[in-house]
Amino acid sequence: MAEKRQLVIPGETIISGNEFLPGDGAYRDGVEVVAGRYGIANIFEKHVRVVPVSGAYYPRRGNTIIGTIVDITFNGWLIDFGGAQNAFLPVSEVPRYVNKNEMAEFLDFGESVIVKVWDVKSRGVDASMKMRGFGKIEGGLIISIGPNKVPRVIGREGSMVKMIKGATGSDVTVGQNGKVWISGKDTDSEVATRKIIEFIADNATITGLTEKVENFIKDLGLKVESGVEVIAENTDGGEE
Amino acid sequence: MAKSLYEKRFDGRTISEVRPMIAKVGIVPSADGSASFETGGTKAIAVVRGPRTLHPQHLQNAQTGILRVQYGMMPFSVWDRIRPGPNRRSEEIGKVCEWALSSVVDLSGFPNTVVDVFIQIPKADAGTRVAGLNAAAMALAHAGLPMKQMLTAIAVGKADKTLLVDVDKAEEDFHDGEGATDIPMAVTSRTKEIALLQLDGKISPSELSEAIEMGKKACDDILKVQMAALKSVTGEDNE
Repeated sequence: MAEKRQLVIPGETIISGNEFLPGDGAYRDGVEVVAGRYGIANIFEKHVRVVPVSGAYYPRRGNTIIGTIVDITFNGWLIDFGGAQNAFLPVSEVPRYVNKNEMAEFLDFGESVIVKVWDVKSRGVDASMKMRGFGKIEGGLIISIGPNKVPRVIGREGSMVKMIKGATGSDVTVGQNGKVWISGKDTDSEVATRKIIEFIADNATITGLTEKVENFIKDLGLKVESGVEVIAENTDGGEE
Repeated sequence: MAKSLYEKRFDGRTISEVRPMIAKVGIVPSADGSASFETGGTKAIAVVRGPRTLHPQHLQNAQTGILRVQYGMMPFSVWDRIRPGPNRRSEEIGKVCEWALSSVVDLSGFPNTVVDVFIQIPKADAGTRVAGLNAAAMALAHAGLPMKQMLTAIAVGKADKTLLVDVDKAEEDFHDGEGATDIPMAVTSRTKEIALLQLDGKISPSELSEAIEMGKKACDDILKVQMAALKSVTGEDNE
């Protein structure tokens, strides 16, 4: 039987007992709750789920994702965000009125957007950008770090992202699909931010990462602001 | 019953012994899932990409995602060069591996998509399809796909009258007496059901059921190696 918070393999018994409820990535076989995918088994009270540690990005409702426009249909846009299917952004879910004959004026092919996952159906993903912080990306740079490193880059309640923002003065938006948008006051600060994020991604499995990142930031000649109040921003799906 | 002409194995193994195994997970950073599996002189690499939208569109299934397995031996995998590219044999092996793996992978949550599994054999000393299946099962798990259980595969064989687990090339080519028989099989990890069973050669029904039991026993050992490899992954190591 698997210990609490342990890597489990498909078909492996996580825990035995009728009182446990199989959640995401787990299923029941008689009295046993069994892993239905490879990942870390998480037992919270009586709820058992398996959180993936590797593999492709699977969208979930409420995720922030960064993608590019790949198609314009008569009532919306299709966004490629690196998932199994494209996300659909209807005209009604953009923050301003768009003339249906001139949709490319607002969002054209190849342009990048930050959107929220509004709904996940087996047929695809519906997106929305009708909230603060979402919209078309202009300027800055987008880097790809892979979906499994996102929790480390965000940090506990957004602490890591906050530290990067404080040190570099750049605006950082982390998409749960593993894409990060960096927008700074100049190219130098953007490049520095990129270096820090890539450092975190490369050392995602290390314990005591915050301290190492602090040293890395200092090595770049930047100052780490300490005691900053952590504001929960873009932190959904952060480290549990 | 007459004595078998093959009693002592060429490499000194006992009849139920599997060649030394090495399993690794996460060998291809750019893939969604990857693994390698090695037994003796046979090595298989499996890479999983997807789920991703399937093209051309007419191949899509609106009810479920589909699994597509490509098997190939590398030109230098055997003593004389193999012409690269698909051939009759590789197409067939890809197809049987696809059927075997379909029994453990559940893609119903990803309609209109495809999960591609690429199996390559850099070193071949018999038992390549079972090594490929072992690697592919690990790679599919590593890709984080919904799987009811793991899949483990082994080739059981017969040289003259002796049943053997994990035959190598020399035993597969045994010509004396009754000759050689090769039975590649795959077993699911939890329910112990047979997901693949092929037979090349001659064998009696009683010997076949005995061979299957030997294979199932060997699969338990292989599963341990697969699980150890998957558990040693630090996680979050793939991009």
